[in-house]
Amino acid sequence: MSFDNAYESLLGDNDETHWAYGTGFADPLSDVDRAVPAGVAPADLARYCLMLGDDALVAAQRLAEWCSWAPELEEDVALANIALDLLGQARLLYARAAEVDPSVRPSIAPAHVPDEDALAYFRDELDFRNVRLAEIDTGPGPAGDFAMTIGRLLVFASWRLALFVRLADSVDPVLAAIAAKGVKELTYHRDHAAQWTVRLGDGTAESARRMRAGLAAIWPLVPELCRPHPVELRLAECGAGVDPSAVVTELDGVLDQVFAAAGVARPDVPAMAGVSGRTGRDGVHTTAFGYLLAELQHIARSHPEAVW
Amino acid sequence: MVTAVDLARARRVAAAVLDPELPVLTLADLGVLRAVVPDADGGVLVTITPTYSGCPAMDTMRADLVSDLAAAGFDRVRVRTVLSPAWTTDWITEDGRRKLAEYGVAPPGPAPRHSGPVPLTLAPPTPTVRCPHCGSTDTELLSQFGATACKALRRCRSCVEPFEHFKEL
Repeated sequence: MSFDNAYESLLGDNDETHWAYGTGFADPLSDVDRAVPAGVAPADLARYCLMLGDDALVAAQRLAEWCSWAPELEEDVALANIALDLLGQARLLYARAAEVDPSVRPSIAPAHVPDEDALAYFRDELDFRNVRLAEIDTGPGPAGDFAMTIGRLLVFASWRLALFVRLADSVDPVLAAIAAKGVKELTYHRDHAAQWTVRLGDGTAESARRMRAGLAAIWPLVPELCRPHPVELRLAECGAGVDPSAVVTELDGVLDQVFAAAGVARPDVPAMAGVSGRTGRDGVHTTAFGYLLAELQHIARSHPEAVW
Repeated sequence: MVTAVDLARARRVAAAVLDPELPVLTLADLGVLRAVVPDADGGVLVTITPTYSGCPAMDTMRADLVSDLAAAGFDRVRVRTVLSPAWTTDWITEDGRRKLAEYGVAPPGPAPRHSGPVPLTLAPPTPTVRCPHCGSTDTELLSQFGATACKALRRCRSCVEPFEHFKEL
């Protein structure tokens, strides 16, 4: 194999699949022992990876919606950077989910579509297991504003960082590697949101009003973050996952520290109920999620045979 | 079968491949080239590690490695990506740091190290970053996020030029 131009190897006559929407990782972690550790049920591990992967994909999609709409150019770049990190985490988690349990791959996805893309583009709303906090519309647009977006990012990144610090000790070496990598990224995601929360909360009367209103608007979906799903409990039991109720104290401590510096009170708003107790981790989502998925998936679903 | 001489040559070729986003640095300078070893099929197996989870340059690095090694006569090349241990800017070589500064990008300082819960940083970090243009250390942060995931934007108060800073990770 020889090419005049390096990029020719991305095209044409080689063994890569050139589906138009993604190239896939051939072997993202092949140096790590990829066998499922003893005592870990592959079906549970796959579903756990989907939960964490869906959180990241959906949060990334929401952040990307801000590109060109943020209050300043630097912030367009910042939110897009954070979205890209989360998208990278989602790709690795999806690849792991499909590897340990191929049955999670949606059957309607054409065979040439890489697993990670099949999971992102060809699952329906009920198959997504992300927490609802990740999916709600916080703007740009009439449903929210920049302060609400920062409020969501602060809670989401603080929670995910607390989970990933613990997940770095997972008995699954692949999850442990993804988490250890993610900790570095989530640290500056959280700091960025925390610094904006202080800047807005301790800024003008209007910015403080918006910061408080933004936090109050997302708060009903915060309790869901630390309510464990049976899959999470089983994974925590065998040492592969983290029981999210174990991070409540740390999450509260971090948020209180930010709120104190920002001069905003912790919102006092009741939790949003699930449907018969079922929430995002059970595949029950808010109205906004269908619209998000439609935008995310419709091109890939309309032209599933497209190649480049 | 790859001979020891061939393998040493493959290592030199792979180490000299340029980073697609910072084309003054080689993959070896950047610390993303982890290993070049004989492959089971008699070819060469190259291991690289991503700088960030979502690094969009990985596919290009992979293509450049295959292409440059093919040009050097290595027909069977596989490139694999590993995540663990996670890449850190501490792996950028001294040579790489010098090249970055000459290119106009301030090199990173020592990367932060944590064990246990990660402490919250409520004020933007204030590292001493030297202006790559005039050498002054009187520089200020414009944005923690820049044109690529790995760089922040700064400005020199002395010569008033903006510049990029390779963030510690």
